[in-house]
Amino acid sequence: MKALRAARMERCIGCHSCSLACARQVHKVLSWNKAGIRISSSGGLTTGFEARVCLACRPAPCAAACPTGSLSQRRDGGVIQKKDLCIRCGQCAEACPVDAIFLDHQVNPYVCIHCGQCVAYCPHDCLEMVELPRASAKEEESDD
Amino acid sequence: MIRDFFRVMVVNLTTGRTNIENIPGRDEFLGGSGLAARLFQKYGFVDRDWDDPEQPLIFAIGPLTGYFPLMSKTCCAFRSPYHNQYTESYAGGKSALSLRFADLDALVIVGKAERLTALCVGSRRVETRDVEYLRGFDALQTGRVLRKIFPGSGRRSIMRIGPAGENLSAYACINVDTFRHFGRMGGGTAMGVKNLKAICILGDRGFALPEGKAYPKLYKHIYEQLTTTEMMAKYHGLGTAVNINPLNALQSLPWKNLQQTSSPDAVKISGETFADDTLLRNAACAGCPVGCIHVGFVREQFQTNNQYLYRQVGYDYEPIFSCGGMLEVTDASEVLRILDVIEKEGLDCMSAGVALAWATEALEKGVITEKETLEPLKWGDSETYMRAVEHLGRPENDFYRLLAQGTMKCARVYGGEDFACVLGQEMAGYATGEVFFVAEGLGFRHSHLDAGGYAYDQKHDEKDVDKALGFLLKDGRERIVLNCMVGCMFSRGVYKEDLLAEALTSVGYGELNGSLDDIGKRVQRMRWRLRLQMGYRPDEAKIPKRYTEITTWKGPVDVEYMEALRRAYAASILEMGADPEEES
Ligand code: SF4
Ligand code: SF4
Ligand code: SF4
Repeated sequence: MKALRAARMERCIGCHSCSLACARQVHKVLSWNKAGIRISSSGGLTTGFEARVCLACRPAPCAAACPTGSLSQRRDGGVIQKKDLCIRCGQCAEACPVDAIFLDHQVNPYVCIHCGQCVAYCPHDCLEMVELPRASAKEEESDD
Repeated sequence: MIRDFFRVMVVNLTTGRTNIENIPGRDEFLGGSGLAARLFQKYGFVDRDWDDPEQPLIFAIGPLTGYFPLMSKTCCAFRSPYHNQYTESYAGGKSALSLRFADLDALVIVGKAERLTALCVGSRRVETRDVEYLRGFDALQTGRVLRKIFPGSGRRSIMRIGPAGENLSAYACINVDTFRHFGRMGGGTAMGVKNLKAICILGDRGFALPEGKAYPKLYKHIYEQLTTTEMMAKYHGLGTAVNINPLNALQSLPWKNLQQTSSPDAVKISGETFADDTLLRNAACAGCPVGCIHVGFVREQFQTNNQYLYRQVGYDYEPIFSCGGMLEVTDASEVLRILDVIEKEGLDCMSAGVALAWATEALEKGVITEKETLEPLKWGDSETYMRAVEHLGRPENDFYRLLAQGTMKCARVYGGEDFACVLGQEMAGYATGEVFFVAEGLGFRHSHLDAGGYAYDQKHDEKDVDKALGFLLKDGRERIVLNCMVGCMFSRGVYKEDLLAEALTSVGYGELNGSLDDIGKRVQRMRWRLRLQMGYRPDEAKIPKRYTEITTWKGPVDVEYMEALRRAYAASILEMGADPEEES
């Protein structure tokens, strides 16, 4: 199972092509926020850019916080999103440790689903898909 | 999302009121340049001066802004403090996408705030703040403070002015998101006279996309063209600074206040040298994968014992020509240091550099003395130029006060008009010959981007007035269409009319197909009409003597040919701007 990594953000030019691509192709909207990845400067453009993007946690605090199962744990890390189950309580965004979930003004959550569609749109190769270490049955047992 | 009408926010700084207005005319004016001119007709006054508080400051985007790559610019229109006529200036940064996502086709600001003010607008927000405490703050410091007081990191644009705008220099710029500018014709002054220090635009909405596969498919196709073909390699690679060497080789590089058109030292400030020695990284306007913004760095020792500081300064061809070659500053880092001061003061770098080049020659010739310049201006002396830039931004004597109003205005009083490198405003960096000098001297914005006269000069040595005129008019009109779309000029090789038509169709706005050329013509006329109504006399526009004294690859400038083209172009402008009643 793969996850998106913003691996080379030192190269980022702040073009927002990635977030626009995610919004366009994954969420079917024109936006630079309603996307699984969002770009901002780390405090003025002289400081370079950072990506707000899901870290593919395992266990994922957002999924744990979600009362309805709209976000559920992906096997090896990250979440699966079922939009129709969402009651827009906003708990997931609050629980995310890295501010990777965007809530629009109607409290619709936007989160990266690690599909990798944005990767092809980054002109500077800042993004990549990496194989996550497998969550083996054994590992899960030794969790406690 | 693309509507038949334009959704416009009108903020009145005098009354504190804001209106949202729906203005018809998409099929007549398209957006951007056309929309801005339409809005000036509606909100502006041809019978009141530029500094009348009621004159509007207009920011407009186009129908495809945000929908396609490189549709990433904003058109800013206002009555210019430089010549007291209608004008426009273009910039990118995040301004265009912020307006799109604020759900505004245009923002119009009228009135004048009582005290220095910052304005923040978004799809669900209008707010003004008293920022009197920022008076005198430079453009970079101002940006830093504004980032703290307004929300929305990563989805907002912050436009602000420096001291030059507050002090009403006629060529103060508006700094947009640190590295971009509404540079020319005094947009910063138009803000300053309104007591408006900064504008923050929050792009806080999203929109449904057209159904079906056509749009994403076309997007992908255009994106690939822009990122994988050679077409944009120049802008991405060395950037426009790549022009220094070839223009120098063609004897078309303005040097030392245009006393020369080439120099063996040009290589020291070439795009290659900048890239090798100072380039830190590239940056992009939001929505543009090309990333033509080149950020250089300077480091400075501020104390003994190895205490250094460093600064990041954006560079391009024009800043290098105006603050390098024109001043004979031939060290890349020193050019950047001058640019850094210009940036802070909030001046147009081309006007500032060319103005100081004129002042240097005037001092050398004894037209003015150090009593006026306060500094011993000397070719290549960057430290002195840095101090002179501060005098321009915060004038302490009559000389700098006047020089900050325009080089020609100053030369008219002190002498030295012959060698003032002014083509409507302080020139752009192309000493390519007759066609460019006429194009910029008489052009609508007095900008090198009005028409590709500089490129025409580089390819044609025949002297055919009709052919050159035909080129200027047609090329100008095609650029106007892209200016109505508010696409980046660098993409004009990709966004030909067919592709623009296809793009409009893919987002459900195919009605305009076939009429783009008509819209270009209409907007061309409308803009000239506004200029003429405000007193523009193209038939009286002069090309200073210095331009007749130079030699390019074609040989000495042909004064007769230039004059003939000037007269022909002036006549065409008068014709294009004639009242509609008088047409037919
Ligand atoms: S907002 Fe939706 S996805 Fe987020 S925690 Fe609430 S129900 Fe789950
Ligand atoms: S991997 Fe998919 S969901 Fe995640 S940011 Fe990229 S395009 Fe969006
Ligand atoms: S597409 Fe790449 S370069 Fe552009 S903003 Fe995203 S990460 Fe940065």
